[in-house]
Amino acid sequence: MTNTRQHDSRPDMTVNLAGIRMKNPVMVASGTFGYGPEYADLVDLNRLGAFVVKGIRMQPCPGNEVPRMVEVRGGLVNAIGLQGPGVKKFITGYLPFLRAYDVPVIVNIWGQTEDEYGEVAAHLDGVPGIAGLELNISCPNVRHGGIAFGTDPQVAGRLIAGVRRRTRLPIIPKLSPNVPDIGMFARMAEESGADAVSLINTIPAMVVDVATRRPVLANKIGGLSGPAIHPVAVRLVWEAAKAVKIPVIGMGGIMEPEDALEFLIVGASAVAVGTANFTDPSTALRVVDGIEKYLVVHHMRDLRQVIGSVQV
Amino acid sequence: MQIEQARVLKHAQFSGDYRLLTLEAPVISALVEPGQFLHVRVPRLEQSVLRRPFSIYEAGSGQLGILYKQVGRGTEALARVVEGETLNLIGPLGNGFPLPEPGTLPVLVAGGYGVAPLRLLASRLKDKGILFVGGRTAADILCVQDFEAMGWPVQVATEDGSSGMKGWVTSVLDPWLDAHPGEMMTFYACGPDGMLKAIGERAVRHESIAWLSLDKHMGCGVGACLACVQKIRLPDGEEVLERVCREGPVFEAREIVWK
Repeated sequence: MTNTRQHDSRPDMTVNLAGIRMKNPVMVASGTFGYGPEYADLVDLNRLGAFVVKGIRMQPCPGNEVPRMVEVRGGLVNAIGLQGPGVKKFITGYLPFLRAYDVPVIVNIWGQTEDEYGEVAAHLDGVPGIAGLELNISCPNVRHGGIAFGTDPQVAGRLIAGVRRRTRLPIIPKLSPNVPDIGMFARMAEESGADAVSLINTIPAMVVDVATRRPVLANKIGGLSGPAIHPVAVRLVWEAAKAVKIPVIGMGGIMEPEDALEFLIVGASAVAVGTANFTDPSTALRVVDGIEKYLVVHHMRDLRQVIGSVQV
Repeated sequence: MQIEQARVLKHAQFSGDYRLLTLEAPVISALVEPGQFLHVRVPRLEQSVLRRPFSIYEAGSGQLGILYKQVGRGTEALARVVEGETLNLIGPLGNGFPLPEPGTLPVLVAGGYGVAPLRLLASRLKDKGILFVGGRTAADILCVQDFEAMGWPVQVATEDGSSGMKGWVTSVLDPWLDAHPGEMMTFYACGPDGMLKAIGERAVRHESIAWLSLDKHMGCGVGACLACVQKIRLPDGEEVLERVCREGPVFEAREIVWK
């Protein structure tokens, strides 16, 4: 009886995000958890709300030269350049590992042309074990694609509508923080057929070595992530959530459960942990536990009571 | 690969600017193979999101030893760690040094504190070999007594000539190689890229295997972030980027495509 009662008193942490049924609202962000095996020895992947894999395009992509990453105060700047195996190898060689787990897999996709996004989406449509697609229109580290498509609302809208026609999977454009009006971009995504939006991607950044007077990263510029960008991300998620009816996934510098709760309170239906996975691989699971504890302490029986509960 | 809270048993000067951190980490220490590394969350490293990778100097009896020098923010913060406090470790990570080819002499070549993982390797090898160690000055030549206590001959070179031969480590290695033309050997090396490349060239010339341990700036340490990649030539000639933290840090000389 005691067990049953305890079970009943636990708040409902589940999320149905555009048809993706998640045990809890906490995902791991693309590019920070690999394809599954990397952290499987350290973290119970079954406890994650969802798993977003590293960005995939049609062809294998070598990524940028090294150095690709540099730590800064409150975060890191990376210019990996979307190294990846290409969609065919991903399906046969990488996806099977995660299929053995009870966790929704969201595939982050990108292309060097608008049409390539649709082509990758079409290849993944109907592949068992994929719950949704995140469209990377915001990576600052590739010359063709990524942020170039995500900072022009016409191009972004056309690209999203193009992907929409080629897949039945939920599509989640990942928005760049590098735009003047995030609400307008979020609305454009919604009107173009997006099922949700995720934000923010990294903030374009640069680090210079004063001894050599050279950029530290081989790519010269990269994307800033980590706790330094968290307040920026909270503001953008708030504005995006106000602008659209589709769910918003909040990310950017989550280190502690409170950081995730801020996103939920300003209107995100789910969150993603990124850079903090490198600091402490169990961050996402700590965040799950911390959110649940918050609900209990505040006598909330359902996660939905906290989403969008900001008092303004 | 495990994650473990390790208690600091001892933290003391090793020699000169080098310090030895001895940790109680029974889970990880039991799993360590020479050449593998630890990814350490350094306490009180303000505003830092990345762990720091360290090679392993000693592992056994539930303990781990990290030999390091203060070279940046991470190691400066590590130097402030005191006995009794705990550090979060992920390890052991990467692939260690394979065993020597049967019937070959292990020839170990170290640059500076690159000697640390080689010292652990030597302590685990059945057969004695020889150590060549180079550094900037006499203060950068470490572990000579450790090797001599194990009965290994040691040859030293320093750039300023303050210990051993004046010059790079190759200035003692090359004459020795010339004097042992028929010797079957397996090379093991850890140190700066330039040294590793030079050892690789000598291994090719002597038709020997050379296991080189690379040092690259790392992010996650487990293969997820793809920060520490190295161009590798596969047996079929295809060149691919492999993760130093996951497929390395030890590669055979012929696999590495130097810039």
